[in-house]
Amino acid sequence: METAVVRADPPVFYQTEDEGHAQSGGGTLLGFWIYLMSDALIFATLFATFGVLSSSFAGGPNPHEIFDLRVVAVNTAVLLVSALTCGLSMIAMQSNKLRATQIWLIVTALLGITFVSIELHEFRDLIVDGATPQRSAYLSAFFTLVSTHGLHVSFGVIWIGVMLFQLMQRGLHAENRRRLLCLSMFWHFLDVIWIGVFTFVYLLGVL
Amino acid sequence: MSDHSAAHDEFQEEGHFKLSGYLTGFVIAAIMTAIPFWIAMTHPIDNRVVAAVIIGVFAVAQILVHTVAFLHVNARAQGGWTLVAYVFTAVLLLITIGGSVWIMDHLNANMMPGAQPEEPGRGF
Repeated sequence: METAVVRADPPVFYQTEDEGHAQSGGGTLLGFWIYLMSDALIFATLFATFGVLSSSFAGGPNPHEIFDLRVVAVNTAVLLVSALTCGLSMIAMQSNKLRATQIWLIVTALLGITFVSIELHEFRDLIVDGATPQRSAYLSAFFTLVSTHGLHVSFGVIWIGVMLFQLMQRGLHAENRRRLLCLSMFWHFLDVIWIGVFTFVYLLGVL
Repeated sequence: MSDHSAAHDEFQEEGHFKLSGYLTGFVIAAIMTAIPFWIAMTHPIDNRVVAAVIIGVFAVAQILVHTVAFLHVNARAQGGWTLVAYVFTAVLLLITIGGSVWIMDHLNANMMPGAQPEEPGRGF
């Protein structure tokens, strides 16, 4: 892989941009970006479903009765801070500070675990109160949308764990840097999705 | 050495990550989160539609802040393809969500009992 830079590449008249980027792992980053955009479309369909069913309570509980915005505010803060710590990890990686990269990744993972735990606790309270996914179309859509996001965060935490192991074993070599860049894109993407969730599900639901 | 320069190019493409960029993005995002929560929790605005629109505008603005400050999307990254994919996705998102809600709302309204005007000879 690392010798790819020395490829015999005479100046070609019609060399495209794509060829220029194929060397640097930019192809991987762009490919991962395309994946994130397709993932955004999954969330688009879930948001659309939720929007359509947002008042189909079937006589069941409505958002005013079941949501506690304080819990959502705490969870939002946790995820937002984790976006910052993820960024700090990238900055540490950029200046070749392995230990700092690892520490900020661990903080990010802990915040991610906190987020998922609070969310699961919220789900538990809802289900205990009878607001189960089976209760109404609204609640089905709610649980599908929010738990899909939570599942993404959970997999992000697993990914961070894998990367911590990789860093411990191999350090900050080019492949690990590329993987960490993808990981940070994934994590920031989840934060963007959460903006949509807390706005359209919680804030506008309770308003 | 080649390894290093390859990795270096990557960062060049992404634009060097700067601490100030992240911190600025974080502070703006925090403010843009706090205001909608404040509106929804303390109801300072009586008109629900106005409050909903303001909250929605803050959400869109915050998504853009995250996109620029954290995801580093700009017209230069990956020769512009990142931005193209992003805009394309945004268009699909609007069509999917906006279109679904629009259509299903009309469908719901028309299915309401009594909402359908009696039209003789309509061929049912």
